[in-house]
Amino acid sequence: MLNKYPLWKNLLVSAVVLLGIIYALPNLFPDDYAVQISGSSASVSVDEALLDEAREALDEADIEYRDPSLGDGTAMLRFDASDAQLRARSELQEALGSEYVAALSLAATTPDWLRSIGATPMNLGLDLRGGVHFLMQVDMEAAVDRRLDVYASEIKRQLREERIRYRGGDAEEGQLEFVFPSESARDDAASLVNSEYDQFRSNTRSDGEDYILELTLNQQSASEIRDYALNQNLTTLRNRVNELGVAEPLIQQQGSDRIVVQLPGVQDTAEAKRVLGSTANLEFRLEARSDASSARTETFPFRNNPDRTAELERDVIITGDNVADANQSFDENGQPQVNITLDGPGGSMMQDVTRDAVGRQLGVLFIEHSSEEVERQVDGETVTERVRETERSIISLATIRSTLGSNFRVTGLENVAEASELALLLRAGALAAPIYFVEERTIGPSLGQQNIDSGINSVILGFILVALTMLVIYKAFGLLANVALMVNLTLLVGAMSVLGATLTLPGIAGIVLTVGMAVDANVLIFERIKEELREGLPVQSAINAGFSRAFVSIFDANVTTFLVAGILFAVGTGPVKGFAVTLLIGILTSMFTALMVSRAIVNVSIGGRSDLKALSI
Amino acid sequence: MSENSKRTIDFMGFRRIAAALSIILVLGAAVSLGTNGLALGLDFTGGSLVELEYAEAPALPEVRNQLESAGYENAMVQNFGSDTAVLVRLPAEFDDSVGDQVVSALSENAELTLERSEYVGGQVGEELREQGGIALLLAFFVVLIYIAMRFQLKFGFASVVPLVHDVLIVLGVFSVFRLTFDLTVLAALLAVIGYSLNDTIIVSDRIRENFRRILKGGPEEIINTSLNQVLLRTIVTSATTLVVLLSLLVFGGEMIRNFALALFIGVLVGTYSSIYVAANMLVALNVNRDDLYVPKKEGAEGSQPEEEEPPDWLKRME
Repeated sequence: MLNKYPLWKNLLVSAVVLLGIIYALPNLFPDDYAVQISGSSASVSVDEALLDEAREALDEADIEYRDPSLGDGTAMLRFDASDAQLRARSELQEALGSEYVAALSLAATTPDWLRSIGATPMNLGLDLRGGVHFLMQVDMEAAVDRRLDVYASEIKRQLREERIRYRGGDAEEGQLEFVFPSESARDDAASLVNSEYDQFRSNTRSDGEDYILELTLNQQSASEIRDYALNQNLTTLRNRVNELGVAEPLIQQQGSDRIVVQLPGVQDTAEAKRVLGSTANLEFRLEARSDASSARTETFPFRNNPDRTAELERDVIITGDNVADANQSFDENGQPQVNITLDGPGGSMMQDVTRDAVGRQLGVLFIEHSSEEVERQVDGETVTERVRETERSIISLATIRSTLGSNFRVTGLENVAEASELALLLRAGALAAPIYFVEERTIGPSLGQQNIDSGINSVILGFILVALTMLVIYKAFGLLANVALMVNLTLLVGAMSVLGATLTLPGIAGIVLTVGMAVDANVLIFERIKEELREGLPVQSAINAGFSRAFVSIFDANVTTFLVAGILFAVGTGPVKGFAVTLLIGILTSMFTALMVSRAIVNVSIGGRSDLKALSI
Repeated sequence: MSENSKRTIDFMGFRRIAAALSIILVLGAAVSLGTNGLALGLDFTGGSLVELEYAEAPALPEVRNQLESAGYENAMVQNFGSDTAVLVRLPAEFDDSVGDQVVSALSENAELTLERSEYVGGQVGEELREQGGIALLLAFFVVLIYIAMRFQLKFGFASVVPLVHDVLIVLGVFSVFRLTFDLTVLAALLAVIGYSLNDTIIVSDRIRENFRRILKGGPEEIINTSLNQVLLRTIVTSATTLVVLLSLLVFGGEMIRNFALALFIGVLVGTYSSIYVAANMLVALNVNRDDLYVPKKEGAEGSQPEEEEPPDWLKRME
């Protein structure tokens, strides 16, 4: 018999290998270190003049750069080394001012024809390129409580309008509790709430003279609030990261209440954390009239002088959520201020309220939510609890001289840094629920490079050692196995690039392991062929029997490894996932190369020779 | 189908000694795990870790003192790979900004750069610990099911027991030498499961085939023959894998040293266990021809030994 593949199989093998090579190619073109400049708001233009300014700044600082280019509302400058890139960023940011954002970035050097077919290099994980990784927990309880507060004030207003007398009505442990003096008042209130809101499950009970209405959020609306909080936080974090000037950030949901943020290249974690985690927001309220009942007013301290207090109305005109744009500047006395532009609804709301309030004072409240973990003993066990606190303080209280529109300014901030941070936070939007950091990992850029180097070295060394071993043991067939191994590596890299998988250090370890294990299939086949030869089968039949007999073993062995790798992928996070991805893809590519590629090579080279009497195996 | 004249090793002749050795190793590992515990890494305990690169090699006790006077008791300070690289580990009671504070405390009187800092909250650590345990158990379970389906339940047990054996021994080594057990080591452990399984299946596969092809001889004899047949394959594959792991161990860098070490030990033990533990289990479970007897299709004639065939769609792949 002769060993021959039908034409379509040969074509298939060649096509897959060719595709693998093409899509693995971009990895030979490493990214350039670059700084990307963009405007901090849409009205700022990035043009030739800006690029000239940037060039000048770099020349002055004596930093070498290459290929300055403009495109898509951004300017890009490339550098040879990461420290030049880091210095350039801070120089540029300083020279160009806060109207522009200078961000660390990696510029692709892949040739255009490759990019046009979607071939891009593998993404490098943070452990290989340096940067910071945050895992944040979204405080869902606080999100629910905050929404309950909003409902509570609406319901109270309605009760007042209907002239139903009540007490209480504050959000506590996920529910609202209203107390009424009579049963009929309670029932009126209950039917009012039930007709207006479908978010609540209501429960009535009485306690002596008190008739109580309990409102609990139903399952559906509670989970809607959670989803909303998470999505809103994702959006806000994306905006904030953009404001920070980080290129290629990763902001992703993990699980039901966590968010992963990865910022490549960022080293100053303190600043990043302050901006990302900040819950700062503003509220605008009128100062209370002196004759207002105490139920309608609240007393707040001033931020720069806690001894001084002022009474403001409970009703909030607008919050920072209505801010469309904000930036920092100076007032006529050289004090920092924030110029604010409100969005449509915010502007008309402000107009309506201030029209009737000329001569009264408008207070600006600075709000910050904080929380800390406190350990408590419950039944002899230590339980960690999160204690939340909201701080509200007045940053400015000024007389309204005329009706305010959408544009006005806020003063009373301590310094320029605080003013520009507040402007940034107002632009990016507020967090719908507080977040706190549950995991943080920072990798310095030099360690990243070191990891890449040692990873690549061990892949190369491992490959050479395996190749030598195979050559010594299996001679010509060893060469075949080595070719298959090379194809396997290429396919693995190509597949990872196409899938957009991220290469991490454990991922490289996965590749190294694949190299070691990939020859297994070949070894099995070769040993089987040898056995068949010893049994006295003719050469071509022995080859055929070797491949097909070994197949079942190879298949079973790989399926189980694949299952285990699948579990790793499903359960693992971070480094474990990276390892699992390479292992999964590696198993697929090594099965393909061992069974089909090496068979195709054997078929083409010696499969047609009926005069073959012995094999170099 | 007769045995050829090739020299055969009487693997099963050593099976009692091997069983004793395995039991001693596993018991030793269990005792160490029970008394010594595992030196769990940051991923599982929560806490902070800072890796610093000093311009000049610092004296570690001095670094410790500096930290203590800055208010960080219980700081673990050690070299990491070289004498200028220092790793500081702090327990979970500090908050997430401790990394920056440590750097500023230490950089007062030494020139250093921050290479890496990590913070894992206590709750996350607990979850990761839980997930890790679940992943291991799930892996065992899935393997058992798959092998029981493709082979037979006795083979399933004979595959899972060696896996448990390998995992326990690797854990034991990490426990005895107080090596840090972190997420990457857990990943290595699961890879060891995958690898060891690979080996075990190849051996089981051959045993099954021989039970059907070779009609004379007892189970022990057939198992022995099978082990001899796959011996060279086992040695070559293990050798190539160990060789690359060695290169990873030496050149892979400090961050994956324990990962590579766990794999190295695992592959070593896994190779041994696929020969001795798996095959031993089959003998102990009294595997015989009846277990692998393929039920006759209706109307089929005689006791023609059937070969296990892959499904049709698979055959097309060849």
